[in-house]
Amino acid sequence: MVAALFRILALIHKEMLAVLKDKRSRITLFAPVIAQSILFGYAATYDLSNIPYVVIDRDRSEASHALLAKLDGSGLFTRIATLDSVTALKHAIDTRKALIAVQIGEDFERRLRAGNAAPVQVIADGRNSNTAVTATLYLTQIANNFATAYDRKGATSNTHTIAIDYRYWYNPNAESRWHFVPGMIATLTMLQILLISAMSVAREREQGTFDQLLVTPFRPMEIMIGKAIPSILIGIVQATLVVVIALFWFHIPLAGSLAALYGALALYLLASIGLGLLLSSLAATMQQALLYTFLVLLPFILFSGLTTPISAMPRALQYLTLVDPLRYAIDAIDAIMLKGSTLSALLVDLWPLIPIGFFTLGLAAHLFRNRLS
Amino acid sequence: MRDAPELAARAQALGKGFKRTGGGIIRALDDISFDIRRGTLTALVGPDGAGKTTLLRLFAGLLRPDSGAALVDGIDAARDPAAVQAKISYMPQAFGLYGHLTVRENLQLYADLQSVDRATWPHRYAELLDATALVPFADRQAGQLSGGMKQKLGLACTLVRVPTLLLLDEPTVGVDPLSRRELWSIINHFVEADHLSVLIATSYLEEATRCDHAAILYGGRLLHQGTPEELTQMARDMTFLATPPAGEAPRLLQSRLLASAGILDAVPEGGLVRFLRDRQAAHPACLDQIDVRAVPPDFGDAFMVALHESGARNQPVPIPSGAALSGQAETVIEVRDLSRRFGSFIAVDHVSFSVRRGEIFGLLGPNGAGKTTTFRMLCGLLPASGGSLRVAGEDLRVARAQARARIGYVAQSFSLYGQLSVSENLSFYASAYGLRGQRKRQRIRTIIAEFGLEPMRDSLSGTLPGGFDKRLAMACALLHEPDILFLDEPTSGADPMTRREFWSRITALAARGVTIIVTTHFMEEAEFCDRVLIQDAGRMLAIGTPSELRMRVPEKPHGELVTMEEVFIAIVDEARNATRPAA
Repeated sequence: MVAALFRILALIHKEMLAVLKDKRSRITLFAPVIAQSILFGYAATYDLSNIPYVVIDRDRSEASHALLAKLDGSGLFTRIATLDSVTALKHAIDTRKALIAVQIGEDFERRLRAGNAAPVQVIADGRNSNTAVTATLYLTQIANNFATAYDRKGATSNTHTIAIDYRYWYNPNAESRWHFVPGMIATLTMLQILLISAMSVAREREQGTFDQLLVTPFRPMEIMIGKAIPSILIGIVQATLVVVIALFWFHIPLAGSLAALYGALALYLLASIGLGLLLSSLAATMQQALLYTFLVLLPFILFSGLTTPISAMPRALQYLTLVDPLRYAIDAIDAIMLKGSTLSALLVDLWPLIPIGFFTLGLAAHLFRNRLS
Repeated sequence: MRDAPELAARAQALGKGFKRTGGGIIRALDDISFDIRRGTLTALVGPDGAGKTTLLRLFAGLLRPDSGAALVDGIDAARDPAAVQAKISYMPQAFGLYGHLTVRENLQLYADLQSVDRATWPHRYAELLDATALVPFADRQAGQLSGGMKQKLGLACTLVRVPTLLLLDEPTVGVDPLSRRELWSIINHFVEADHLSVLIATSYLEEATRCDHAAILYGGRLLHQGTPEELTQMARDMTFLATPPAGEAPRLLQSRLLASAGILDAVPEGGLVRFLRDRQAAHPACLDQIDVRAVPPDFGDAFMVALHESGARNQPVPIPSGAALSGQAETVIEVRDLSRRFGSFIAVDHVSFSVRRGEIFGLLGPNGAGKTTTFRMLCGLLPASGGSLRVAGEDLRVARAQARARIGYVAQSFSLYGQLSVSENLSFYASAYGLRGQRKRQRIRTIIAEFGLEPMRDSLSGTLPGGFDKRLAMACALLHEPDILFLDEPTSGADPMTRREFWSRITALAARGVTIIVTTHFMEEAEFCDRVLIQDAGRMLAIGTPSELRMRVPEKPHGELVTMEEVFIAIVDEARNATRPAA
């Protein structure tokens, strides 16, 4: 046991030397993360469809039904429930079932006819601020078109308007960066970490050093651990760089604790590195490892919910997102930074990272030895 | 040169340097001049790193010299590379065959690339296929050919048209002796038929004797040139055969000789020791009471003389005294009916042997014979498809970690961490084998001294000069003092000095009781082994001591010694004929 520990320490030392000794490789590890997080923080636009929404219609009039029919018929919004209490509405937003909640006031039709501004309240989930802002923009447009075209017998005015009252929950000013930059912490780290770990075994295989390692007393699992830990350390440093940029460059508040943030990151890195090492043990060459990395990276980012809400995806794809470590990390980092969630509260959602990590690491260790050359 | 029409090409004071990673310049070539007469074969002889490939690339117009000129038909290859490239054909070491195309398609493709006249092509195609004996394989994919056949096809693709100058970069390296013999007869055929002028690089010294002119290249310098006969005369009156004391392995006398003053070289040969002595020197003391007779020199002897003149020296390795282990030592490796299949391909076919403690056991065979596969199964790197194997009493594939600590492994190609320094590599492998603290420091100190690595301590392992990388690889494998040492093609590409030094170390280790398993495609190195196993196409053809194997082939007239290469060819030929169905 002690012997194994010393072996693992030797391997960690060697891995760190191999990665950090060369000045160029130090730069390529850390410079792109800084540049990308600043660049991407400024650049974010979204296109949407099938935005899930809930509604509380207090008016239950012909006009309110007509407005909702317009929303449903637009193809942009999908009504997932018609509710009658604010509690139910809050629950729908909280659980991310709905991105938008629409409340129509009781005197909607009367005021619309009278030419007064008809009241509609729109509550959007501010955690996913880019999507929220875009969704409310669409909604406004549909409502205004509806009002302009509204022309009925008995109307006392020729001009009809709807007054929309916007509420962004969890991100009062709907700053897109508030959501996007925390997302970057996980996304940018994943790119580099997957690459480092996917290359690590493939490089040794290609350069012939892996055979040399396999004939030493190292056990496959020891090699795994010795390779995973340096990657986790590097991942933590990279993530810290993005966190620092988020806090001090973009002035995004940290509502939760740093301990919770790093706890979540550690779990996330474990799962990502497991996947990286699994890819690495599948690849025979560095080129293959690189290809595999990009093959999984793009779906991981798409399925993470960073750019498209997971609830808007087809059901089959939604199940697929369950194996995407990025999906958990983005939600958790968001919750910690913006809602101030604690790690223990998040473990309910984060636990799948642990089986993902151990399953991939174990499978990688098995494949090391049993993959035929 | 236009006034010298008998010349096909000429090197004029060629010099070329390369930037070394980490600063400094490597002089790859220094003031090289020689002529290539039309219709002749010129050999560039030297170990890896001598500058052979650089010289060929200068003639092909692929590199610009720093000084001097490479002229082909009077045209400077650096000034007008296109004109020169229209006149030459160049076969690089790794020739670019298309594995998924057939033999015919590959040839057709190269003919099209070289714009060979469509009218004459069918005739040339038939001639190439006939000369290379590839007619039955015309429709086979190139990727499915054996190593020797691939080289023959590469040569044929290089010869789709008749060039003014043919450049061949080590066409026979790694190819089995039978295919090498065939390749040479193909080359000779076309020199004759097309009046070709050829510049051929080789690290097999004896191949120089097949050429009209030879240039000995070492460390970027041209040491000597002339006809092979002239060069061989450099070693006249210097070569002797000594008979070792009864019951002693020739390699022990050989090691003592190498460590003696005035001895330029010594190798075991047919149970005797062939050595090269300075003309001025007397026989050293270790030859007292030993029967010595003079023998005629060969080209290899001349090469060693040239190396000594240039200042290269043997690295004497002290051999522990004391009797070699008795023949009753216990068995440490036991292999029974070992087989390995890859799909339908049988790489190793029912191989059985056993190795005793302190033995040097050689696995001999061409590339693709199955020796590396056998080797990898023994080390536990590859599972066997059938049969059983025991190394130090265990199957290393499933053995506890501690069992692996009893073996050392040196891979064929350099496989240490190139971006780490020499001492960092040693430190890592020491820890990997469980050495710590005082013991670890002491072992690293000892091994650095033993392998003369002190001056390279802090150099990056990937930038070590030739020879040092092999020493480091062996040093790393010996840090933990293993009982069994596995060496895969340890001498491939090394210069003769490095190879002697290497075998001296092996001899010293075996004398200490370490069991050595070694693969090699240098047949003459079988002489260093106690016993050898000859494999071909996965099958075990012969096993025994070098003398026992030699007895399987007919003796030559005049008591001339049968070389191990001839023994190998005879045994493989016999086996291949036996398996061929009667027509």
